[in-house]
Amino acid sequence: MRKPPLSGIDATAFRNKYRFEARLSGEGGQGVVMGGAILAEAAILHEGRFAVQSPTYGSRVRGGPTKVDVIISNKEIVYPRATDIDFFLCLAQMSFDKYGTDLAGDAIVLVDANLVPRVPSNRHLVYRVPFVEIAKGEMGNVVLSNIIALSVMATLTGIVTHDALWRAIEARVPQKYLELNRRAMELGLDLAARLGEKS
Amino acid sequence: MSRPTKIENIRRECPLQPCTNFSAEEASCTAAPWDNRRVDYPDYLRNDKMPTQWCSGCGAGLVMKALIRAVNELQWDKNKVAIVSGIGCSGRMSSYLDFNTLHTPHGRTLPFATGLKLAKPDAHVIIVTGDGDALAIGGNHFLHACRRNIDSTLIIINNFIYGLTGGQFSPTTPVGSYAETSPDGSLEPTFDTVNVAIAAGATYVARSAVSNPRHVTEMIKGGLAHSGMSVVEALSNCHINFGRRNVSGKPEELIAWISRQTVSHDIARYMDEEQLKGRVVVGVLHHVETRPEYVANYYEKAAAIRN
Amino acid sequence: MAKAAIDAGCRFYAGYPITPSSEIAADMSHLLPRVGGVFIQMEDEIASMGAVIGASLAGLKAMTATSGPGFSLKLENIGFACMAEVPCVIVNVMRGGPSTGLPTLPSQGDVMQARWGTHGDHSIIALAPSNLTETYWETVRAFNLAEEYRAPVILLLDEILGHMSERVELPDPSELEIFNRVAPQVPPEAYLPYATSGSHVPPMANFFTGYRYHVTGLTHDLTGFPTEDPEITEALMRRLDAKITDNLNGIIKYEETHLEDADIAIVAYGSVARSARVAVEQAREEGMKVGVFRPVTLWPFPGKQVAHLASHVKGLLVPEMNLGQIVGEVERVAGSTPVVPLNQANGQPIPPSGILTALRYMERK
Repeated sequence: MRKPPLSGIDATAFRNKYRFEARLSGEGGQGVVMGGAILAEAAILHEGRFAVQSPTYGSRVRGGPTKVDVIISNKEIVYPRATDIDFFLCLAQMSFDKYGTDLAGDAIVLVDANLVPRVPSNRHLVYRVPFVEIAKGEMGNVVLSNIIALSVMATLTGIVTHDALWRAIEARVPQKYLELNRRAMELGLDLAARLGEKS
Repeated sequence: MSRPTKIENIRRECPLQPCTNFSAEEASCTAAPWDNRRVDYPDYLRNDKMPTQWCSGCGAGLVMKALIRAVNELQWDKNKVAIVSGIGCSGRMSSYLDFNTLHTPHGRTLPFATGLKLAKPDAHVIIVTGDGDALAIGGNHFLHACRRNIDSTLIIINNFIYGLTGGQFSPTTPVGSYAETSPDGSLEPTFDTVNVAIAAGATYVARSAVSNPRHVTEMIKGGLAHSGMSVVEALSNCHINFGRRNVSGKPEELIAWISRQTVSHDIARYMDEEQLKGRVVVGVLHHVETRPEYVANYYEKAAAIRN
Repeated sequence: MAKAAIDAGCRFYAGYPITPSSEIAADMSHLLPRVGGVFIQMEDEIASMGAVIGASLAGLKAMTATSGPGFSLKLENIGFACMAEVPCVIVNVMRGGPSTGLPTLPSQGDVMQARWGTHGDHSIIALAPSNLTETYWETVRAFNLAEEYRAPVILLLDEILGHMSERVELPDPSELEIFNRVAPQVPPEAYLPYATSGSHVPPMANFFTGYRYHVTGLTHDLTGFPTEDPEITEALMRRLDAKITDNLNGIIKYEETHLEDADIAIVAYGSVARSARVAVEQAREEGMKVGVFRPVTLWPFPGKQVAHLASHVKGLLVPEMNLGQIVGEVERVAGSTPVVPLNQANGQPIPPSGILTALRYMERK
């Protein structure tokens, strides 16, 4: 897949990091926990690295705040929860308020432009993308927000290649939805490219 | 304060003609082949455990003999038969019968039996419980075993009381009866075991009474032969803990009391509601072959998945 | 975990839906029919434990999985499995309690419940793996121990392990060492179901194999029939205890990290041991001599090993996601060595930083 140039972020720095911590969060039903599983599988199975994903659920099936911590490393990962987060994806304000802690000083924060209006912007590099609106409008399904966001994340951080990500998605997603997911990945790439132009 | 009228009106007559309440056909069970063939009871018993710990005259013994006759009729291999019992007087039966026997915690017979049958589909699983074991503490298991329709036979010895623990009222203790825990008469309505079983999905449901042991045998035999969940309620006498407080402490009188309330399914058909008041219908009350049996169904589906 | 169970020979699963162990049931419902096994979802937790025992008696290796509230219910029948010596495996993915507690958050609050939860004196085997590869191996070991000792074996996981995924390297199932229950060597008429010779574990005849015998939850004699004879009762109770406590070497498993020169030892198990290992790395960078003792077998507790450890260190730190359970066992054997508990029962994992802070505090003292 194409890899758009991005200014301002050194993607290789993340890749070389001993312990890369990502937290994906949102509302139940947005596919966030599934996104975490895909990310970890991409790193483990298709890039031969160590990864741990450890989700935290609420008691509600839909609508409650959820998060998943994904840690990717070149070494065995002992502690499975994030404590110094490099990348934080958030698709709901309540999740931002609840899980927007433990961010590293140079963390990248990627939020839904519509659903996370209140972000203290002075401390981190913050990107805003209307993931859910795009997923609903262009793909017709909110669940695809996670795939679009993962695609953007892969570009922003370079922590896994789009190719590895795609292979993990292929292994998890039923055949009939693959084309839709492929479009979501492409859409993520375009969005990331535009983010790069802006920054 | 007066005791229930039914109890006041005990007729102290000889109880040994109870078959009058059964239809001619059922009364003619005497013509059944097993009556002419000697049943080798000791062959089915753990004779070193005799005599039983049941009070003399207890209906549980009649049910046990009926069960032996039914198994003998079907000529089942003893090694292929499991008796699962729970806690209570009925629970002791598993000790006395020379099969694979399992004596489970209170109320848990059906889950254990489910495990046995699913693990060995060709085994014959017979569950012997009482009214407290099956309907109170094991009530949930009862509903769901019926719903699944697992090929097994559940015999509920209903003696209207918790006998072993000293006579506390049970889900089948008649309203107004005296028990250790209902000194002023029981307030609680009773379960209609048969209709609960039918509603929950059992595919063979019968009721009998120890006043007619031959009928008990026939009902159990029908249950054993049926492929699916069979429930046989056997009305029985606890003259010590139910009878003494309510009817009579003599087994024959309590059995007579039970007998007088029973009316054959065949006769009941011609009776109106008024006539049926206070009577308990006995016979095969539900028998369908239309629902799939769980275990066979499971193995069939699993085999299909594998291929 | 489901794969480990299948590889270990498990062919029966009965369960009831409960967070956070439902994933195991889902996997088993898929796998078992495909290997000729049986999956059933029972009407409640009690029933699922009962069905597991029934299936095991009929000869299948059987398991169930649950979480705190369900474990409370299963304990009745787990006691039956102890008394009647029926091999089976129970997974408890621990969550916050008591009662419904914190359904989706981790805890180690059921450690003592696993030990003493069912009524009456009994010994029990409980294993607490701390990563997914180890969960595989301990699941296989759980089935082997259950079969070898004719006892229920409890796998205590916490919600962190229950829901996380990490890189796992699995062996070829054909290379696993599998232990199967010992069948009687005598004809049925000579079989005494609870008589032992040599070991404390009686050979076990499966139901429907020609050995028609009696299995009961009542105290029983060698024939399996109930008895109240004080001598026979005492002998049975002693044997049930001894079959576990006389075989500690075969059951106890633990891991030591950096203990050779340690002044302070952390005793930690399950997912907390992961935090402890990270804290130890950081503490060593700061010049502290600390190590980790990690019991994999929680019950029977490796008391002898901890006692030995206590005599070689200046202090023991016991971090737990509860208000202090295993720490009591450590104190029992630690002698005069100070034991410092570090407890957190708020549904959050204990982070390495918390353990590091406690280590610094102990170091200063």
